[in-house]
Amino acid sequence: MDKSPMEAEATIYLLCGKDNKVYLLKLQKGNTSWDISSFNLGFEPRFIFSARKSSKLCSANPNLPMSIFEYNGSAVVAMVGKNCFAIASDRRLGVQLQTIATDFQRISKIHDRVFIGLSGLATDVQTLYQRLVFRHKLYQLREERDMKPETFASLVSAILYEKRFGPYLCQPVIAGLGEDDKPFICTMDSIGAKELAKDFVVSGTASESLYGACEAMYKPDMEAEELFETISQALLSSVDRDCLSGWGGHVYVVTPTEIKERILKGRMD
Amino acid sequence: MGVVGKGFAIVAADTSAVHSIMLHKNNEDKIMLLDSHKLVAASGEPGDRYFEFGGLIRVEYVQKNVSLYKFRNGIPLTTAAAANFTRGELATALRKLSFASVRPSVKTPMAFSVDFLVSVMFMIFSTLIIDQNPYSVNILMAGYDNESGASLYYIDYIATLHKVDKGAFGYGSYFSLSTMDTHYRSDMSVGEAIELVDKCILEIRSRLVVAPPNFVIKIVDKDGARDYAWRQSVQDVTTAAV
Repeated sequence: MDKSPMEAEATIYLLCGKDNKVYLLKLQKGNTSWDISSFNLGFEPRFIFSARKSSKLCSANPNLPMSIFEYNGSAVVAMVGKNCFAIASDRRLGVQLQTIATDFQRISKIHDRVFIGLSGLATDVQTLYQRLVFRHKLYQLREERDMKPETFASLVSAILYEKRFGPYLCQPVIAGLGEDDKPFICTMDSIGAKELAKDFVVSGTASESLYGACEAMYKPDMEAEELFETISQALLSSVDRDCLSGWGGHVYVVTPTEIKERILKGRMD
Repeated sequence: MGVVGKGFAIVAADTSAVHSIMLHKNNEDKIMLLDSHKLVAASGEPGDRYFEFGGLIRVEYVQKNVSLYKFRNGIPLTTAAAANFTRGELATALRKLSFASVRPSVKTPMAFSVDFLVSVMFMIFSTLIIDQNPYSVNILMAGYDNESGASLYYIDYIATLHKVDKGAFGYGSYFSLSTMDTHYRSDMSVGEAIELVDKCILEIRSRLVVAPPNFVIKIVDKDGARDYAWRQSVQDVTTAAV
């Protein structure tokens, strides 16, 4: 739930429903288990959402009321289709409330069949990307082949966990075509906890809206064109609700034969 | 602030050296020549003049390394390479030697007291090697390369690098970025770009409560990097009134 281990003061609330009851779960700092209270509803509830008390991070800049993950603003999403995948990100580079650039590249190609999208602090996005490209190039020289996406995900996870007590403040989304052109996607938090998924993965400041949009729009086994439409609509509608991300979108749709890169124009604000 | 035009890049900076509420001098040049075709405008702590706790970049350090490359390899660094080098230095310094993350572990029978002593000594020692602390300077690097024309790079104090057409730092950026967004076009001539910079300076002077009085404008194009103009509204007073 909470993707940032640095936010030690956050309290997490989880509201979920099942069997005619609504449960409120609360996880406070220092506790290792959830406090549960429940209310009896007359009907089967059909929603689940969470809220996170905003946390104050100790930093050198006194004007930082929000989390360090929200300093630059980002949104990345990847979806699986039929023998293809799509990965998309927003294009805004900001410094808290101010927009610096509207053409920031968050998704990078590792090789023809593996892409990584990094959300979070832009400086760590760039540093981590350089480290990963370096490691992959070494791998290519030694093994004389490209890395499989599963292997690459493990590499990213290991590199992130190396910095367990001073982490890279970014959340990667890895998407690739594995053996037999089977698409692979995964995301992880800033210390390398992998989350494999069969349908879609999201990360960034707009992640909560992205979860909702993707869940609603996703269908299994979509072809490349339909997948492109779906992921674009999900991305644009989610970043419209997030002030820190947006200014268009950058979508890569990758099939075994080609990589299609497209720039989206959404609400430019 | 900086602007890229057709075959040139202009960088302007205020020229006041400030310490909390006091203005030390108002003709300090914050834009340094990196080499013949590169300019670096650095805003933040006035670090490269005197030692100060809190982290400072030595722009001179970057300057000397750029020259070293030229001497070693016979060709000057491109603007992109110099920008990436600067970013690398900032990024390395960002995570180096912070008190929280470095815990010397000493495994001896008197582990507790020695550990404490080592920590104390370490803290004293690290106040003497200030250079290792994270830098708190924002940089705009402008340059001209024969192959790729003029370019402007925005480097944050936490080492975020981005190639931009127009950029600004500081409180003035809230005003100047909007002005530039309205009036900037990608193929401006020098005159038009200077007009744009002047509009931004006017905006800053009229709307920023702590507006700096003087600005310096420098330009870099195929003929090299040089001073273009000063925009002064207050001359430095050298003698006290009697």
